[in-house]
Amino acid sequence: MAKKNTTNSQTEWNYAASPESTSHIRLEKKYQLFINNEWVAPSSKKYFPTINPATEDVLAEIAWANDADVDLAVKAARKAYTEVWSKMSGAERGKYIYRIARMMQERAREFAVIESLDSGKPIRESRDVDVPLACNHFFYYAGWADKLEYAMPHKKPEALGVAGQIIPWNFPLLMAAWKIAPALAAGNTVVLKPAETTSLTALKLAEIIKDAGLPPGVVNIVTGYGDTGAAIVNHPDVDKIAFTGSTTVGKIIQRAVAGTHKKTTLELGGKSANIIFDDAPIDQAVEGIINGIFFNQGHVCCAGSRLFVQENVADLVIRKLKARMESLYVGDPLDKNTDIGAINSKEQLDTINKYIKIGKAEGAEIYQSDCSIPSKGFFCKPTLFTGVSQSHVITQEEIFGPVLTIQTFRTIDEVIQKANNTPYGLAAGVWTDKGSRIFNLTTKLRAGVVWANTYNKFDPVSPFGGYKESGIGREGGVHGLSAYLK
Amino acid sequence: MLSNTRVDKVGVEERVARFQTRSIKNEAKKQGLHMVLNMIDLTTLEGKDTPGKVQQMCYKAQHLHDVHPGLPTVAAVCVYPSMVAVARKALGNSSVKIASVSTAFPSGQSTREIKLSDTKFAVDQGADEIDMVISRGKFLEGEYNFVFDEIAAIKEACGKARLKVILETGELCTLDHVRMASEIAIHAGADFIKTSTGKIQPAATMQVTYTMLMAIKDYYDQTGIMIGMKPAGGISTAKLALHNLVMVKEILGNQWLTNEWFRFGASSLANDVLMQLMKTESGLYQSPDYFSID
Repeated sequence: MAKKNTTNSQTEWNYAASPESTSHIRLEKKYQLFINNEWVAPSSKKYFPTINPATEDVLAEIAWANDADVDLAVKAARKAYTEVWSKMSGAERGKYIYRIARMMQERAREFAVIESLDSGKPIRESRDVDVPLACNHFFYYAGWADKLEYAMPHKKPEALGVAGQIIPWNFPLLMAAWKIAPALAAGNTVVLKPAETTSLTALKLAEIIKDAGLPPGVVNIVTGYGDTGAAIVNHPDVDKIAFTGSTTVGKIIQRAVAGTHKKTTLELGGKSANIIFDDAPIDQAVEGIINGIFFNQGHVCCAGSRLFVQENVADLVIRKLKARMESLYVGDPLDKNTDIGAINSKEQLDTINKYIKIGKAEGAEIYQSDCSIPSKGFFCKPTLFTGVSQSHVITQEEIFGPVLTIQTFRTIDEVIQKANNTPYGLAAGVWTDKGSRIFNLTTKLRAGVVWANTYNKFDPVSPFGGYKESGIGREGGVHGLSAYLK
Repeated sequence: MLSNTRVDKVGVEERVARFQTRSIKNEAKKQGLHMVLNMIDLTTLEGKDTPGKVQQMCYKAQHLHDVHPGLPTVAAVCVYPSMVAVARKALGNSSVKIASVSTAFPSGQSTREIKLSDTKFAVDQGADEIDMVISRGKFLEGEYNFVFDEIAAIKEACGKARLKVILETGELCTLDHVRMASEIAIHAGADFIKTSTGKIQPAATMQVTYTMLMAIKDYYDQTGIMIGMKPAGGISTAKLALHNLVMVKEILGNQWLTNEWFRFGASSLANDVLMQLMKTESGLYQSPDYFSID
């Protein structure tokens, strides 16, 4: 009987490339504006390329809407509102929204792949987070469409009219869903502008809206740059502006709508505190830090970008955090094993690199994971800064990238003061085994969302929004509905 | 001595779900499946075990699927003490190890003396490895010193045999307990920590294995001493086994990916792995009848 040796001389086990297939997606070479359920060439005659930030290849040409195009879209929305949508019963509106949700689910894989191609985010996230959450928003608000009187007891809820919506590039499809779903459920019609670097999934959503048979003009999608957004904001026949993006642009919009009848919701930047106490479940807290700052390459308005660790566990947490960073895979967004994909644009990569340079110049100690990054495309290694204070620029300004600053604290009062010592107030995380401490902090942290022993949890039922310069108004849940009602 | 490390169940579940989204394809899959085979403790722990069954299992341990050349052997066979001599004879000078359960397995409800003599008997019969059970009742009573002392005493009785300490996590109720029991076992002299006897459900869930791997990781970071890990019970598919390897790789690193430091306690896993391996070659699943059931 032959005896074989059990010795296993294996040395390294590395995951083979596992890219998601792109064979099933349909992309046009050129995209027009979506107005009145028709694809309309822009009167500007101008188009701009949208690229894959992981390869810098052009994916498609996108129409660039000017004032006249926006005016056409607003007129279409107004007509649809007056003649059809405002007269339709809530139950009927709900049916259309449900239909959109179901059709998105059926094409979830195509949406996920296009989202990753166009935005650079890993397929793991677009497949498991962005697309399912976007569908859930439509499902959730579809249910409200015929129950508005229950949402607003003792009032007679009425739609506002035409909603102008401007969304960012970090969660392109999800933000479109956040904006469109409550607007339609409340009975408004929509003119939506996606961000210039990530128009594709909104345009795919337009295909679904057409296929779902929504009355023409109820949802119009106009693509373009900031000037297109400005045309929406300044259009006199728009009743509501919903904007998600930078605080700088938020302030411009606020000025522009001052003195008009336009209602606004603004969801802006953040510099959110993630606070680790010494009695926290440390390994799970480390996961929460990773998820807080490296989710979607740190392109998250509520990213936990300021870490506060209680001093007696600081060394331990930082050691574990560095070890965990080494197990993150940075690279091809379409590879199913990629944890951190591409930075959305060259412009954003330059901004992040500018802040990394500032951090070094300010004397903070930098740590970057040892991973290799592709030579082509826009990538940034996961980055930590220690030895920082509240006075460092890198702890004050929103970087919107995979860059974390770490401070230590001794007492609870100290950390509350420091966490609140920012013009922003979007979110915060608290990690402790002690229930009473969580409740104490949730009342004192000036942030729209406070997560306890978790981070970056989103649900259509839960309102989301900021204190201070992080925004005005709430999206999600019943609160999100009231932003679209009189 | 104990670290008082807290474990948050919700967070662990999320972390484990991340490991399960890893996609293992092509060469990585083939290499991983070979590793899995080589890490198996092929197990039979039944009242109705016979010398014949143990002999057959010992042959299979060395001849997993002879029509396919280049396959490794399993790491060990795992039997009751009464079957160690049979296994010793059947394996001869093979490098497949013999693991024996002991200490009044599976409940551990006996006296220290009986547990010690049970262990010594298995070692004398030729066991290379001892899989002991901890006294879960004492642990839940808070008698941690008792549990520690018992493990230390068994370790001494093992002599040169390597000691695997079974926590029987399905009876420990919480991940906080799993973490604490892991630390007690490691500090008391365990060479390996093992999840379960296979007689209690749930057994080797990824949540439990994750928690134990983190305890091993922390101990290694503090002392530089490597401790082995053996999930046992409930891992019957190649896919789940690969996800366990992903977890070991990403927490402890490649150096743990040998059967010296990682084992699967399983009776039916090997054939599923073989079936998957054959599929990677031919692109088709073969009938289970092509794989021997010893």
